[in-house]
This record gives sequence, C-alpha cells and structure tokens, in this order.
Amino acid sequence: MAVRTDDLIDQLAADPRAIPAGAVQRRFLGVAAAGGLAALVLVLAWLGTRDDLALAMTGRMFWMKALYTALLGVAGFWALERLARPEGVPKQALLFGALVLAAFVGMGLGQWLDADWEHRRMMMRGRSWSVCAAYILTLALPGLAATLVVLRGMAPTRPMLTGFAAGAFAGGVAATIYGLHCGESTMVFVGTWYTLGVLGTGALGAVVGKWVLRW
Amino acid sequence: MTDTEAALKALMLLGLDGDAPAYRLLLSQLGGRLRVYFERRMRDAPGDVEDLVQETLMAVHTRRATYDRAQPFTPWAFALARYKLIDHWRRRKVRATVPIDDYIEVLAAYAPEPGSAMDLERALGTLPERQQRLVRDVKIEGLSLAEAGDRAGVSEGAAKVALHRALKSLGERMRGRADG
Repeated sequence: MAVRTDDLIDQLAADPRAIPAGAVQRRFLGVAAAGGLAALVLVLAWLGTRDDLALAMTGRMFWMKALYTALLGVAGFWALERLARPEGVPKQALLFGALVLAAFVGMGLGQWLDADWEHRRMMMRGRSWSVCAAYILTLALPGLAATLVVLRGMAPTRPMLTGFAAGAFAGGVAATIYGLHCGESTMVFVGTWYTLGVLGTGALGAVVGKWVLRW
Repeated sequence: MTDTEAALKALMLLGLDGDAPAYRLLLSQLGGRLRVYFERRMRDAPGDVEDLVQETLMAVHTRRATYDRAQPFTPWAFALARYKLIDHWRRRKVRATVPIDDYIEVLAAYAPEPGSAMDLERALGTLPERQQRLVRDVKIEGLSLAEAGDRAGVSEGAAKVALHRALKSLGERMRGRADG
C-alpha cells in the first residue's frame, strides 16, 4: 500500500470544492445543449435544412416529429439522472420512454393499417428511408461521446443500461435537430426510421458503455 | 444506526458546501466503517482491505456530485463500496485464470499451513468412525448429503443431523486443543 489512509483523507479533505445542488442534472443539460449544437452545426454545414422549412414549421407534422424525438430524449435524460448514481433505479424513466415509443409507433401502425398496399409502401420508404437512421446516429455521435465522458466522472453501476440511456438521450436530441433537414411527413416513416435511429444510438451506447463506464 | 446516518449525512452536506473540517471528519468516520465492511467480506484476502477502503474513499470524493442531498447518505456510500468490492473480485478472478507462473504463486499463497491440516486429521481421528466417514465424504470429497447418506445407509435428513453433530464436536475438540 503506497499511501496511509489517514494521509489520503488529509489530501482529499484539504480543499473540498463546493458542489451545488442539482449538479447531475446541470451537467446533463449542458451535454444536451452541446450535443444539440453539434448536431445543428452538422445539419447546417453538411446536410442542409429542408427547402420548405418555413412553411413546414407552420404544419402539425413538423412538431409531432420534434415532440416524439424530444420526448425520447427526455426519457433518456430522466433515466441517466437515476443511472448516474450508484445503484440508481431508472424504472419510471424506462416506462415513460416505452410509453412514448409505443404511442408514436402505434400511431404509425394505425396509419399503415388504414392505407392501401401501394400507399403503405410509399409511406414506409418515403424519399430517405435508406439514410434516415444512419444520419440520426451520425448526428448523435458528438452528443453521445460527451454524455459518456460526463458519465465517466459519475458513479453508474450498470454500464450497459447506462450506455443505452446515454444513446437514447443523445439520439433523441440529434433526431429532433434532424427534423430541420428531413422532409418526411408520415407517422409510418417517423415511427419506423426515427425510432430505429434513436434505438440504434442506444445500442451503440450500450456496447461502448460496457467498456468505458467502469471506474 | 439512524443517529449515525443523521450525523454522517449532516457532515456530508457541510462537506458538499465546502466545509473542510466537517468533510475530513466524514471521511475518517466513513473510513472506519468501510474497513469493518471489507474485513467481514474479505477474510481470504485481508491484505487487500486497506486498498479497497482507499479506493472507496477516493470514489466518494471524486463522485460526490452523484450524491442526492434529499436521500440518506449511508446507502449511497455503501453502494460505492459494493461496486468496488465486486470490481475487485472480478479482477482477481481474471488474474487467477491467466498465466502459468501466476498460477504457481497463487498455489503457494493458498497452501494451508501444515499445522492446521495435521490438527484437523488428529481431531477427526478422535470422532466415532461413522461421523469420521460422513465428514470426509461431504466436507473433503465433496459428496452431497444424499450421496453420503446412501453410502452410510441412512436418509439425507439423518445424514444432515449427524454431520451437524460431527462438525460441532470436531470444532469443540480442535478448540480444546488450541486452548490447552
């Protein structure tokens, strides 16, 4: 043993920096702002905003999409607020996330069932089905990285689940920003590809978290 | 216990506000409790106890932002300790399965003292023969109670009772020797 425990205690207690109440929430809000900004810069510099953005923002569907992904991000935030603490229990947050997901995927399914065969195919594929989830995941990478860095300074005891929540959090934020680029306007499309984008980011977070969220 | 919790929590809250003497007292009070906690769970490796105490104190310090002021302090601190303990076990297991040279070292470190094995043999020899066989079958050869009962021609329940009695008198004999 290199250090005597009493010496270690003296060292740790020498000058304890004050920690404000709500420090955990504050750090994740900071990460959400940084991740959202990074995604915005990527959309503006790389993908471009949709041509009809001003018009689209007056419509209902633009805001439904934003609401769905923002709520998934909120579920991720809420789960992280629990999981960042040792043995934190995220049950309510996960339930909330599952309900949001079920509600919007359910709306998509309803729309799909109501349509005829050819229309179903068009709604499912839109004009960007092959890139949507991958774009969301890419836009989410800076936010996911920042979230994992912040989590490494906290005390998560379930690395995979915490990584998944980090991915859902970063993915939800990024997908909301992605709505500025994406012109798709059916619940079928959003319920499928946006969901896959956010869950995919969650899966990536879980795999990476298993390795990097140890302390 | 609840008094202790209230005192520790009050010290922690002062520490979070930057009160160095209160924080110092908290860490040393907690350190003593952590030492007892780890000693009880690591009888096979008492040399690692102090390392774990220190690792946990450092985690308490560097991760203190994750303590929720509205919650009790003790469960939070011991959740950190539990994580460090599990992590410690996991790492030891990995090490024990790796290279050959380490394996020899581990064997040497875990070889029982010659005296204790001989004492056990001698004390065992003084038990009635049926009890001796039962203890050997279950505790040394690792048979189940049902298997040992079969060998001795009794039921599992009877074997359990007989084994309990045998171990009790074995313990008495070995203690008697140590005292004498």
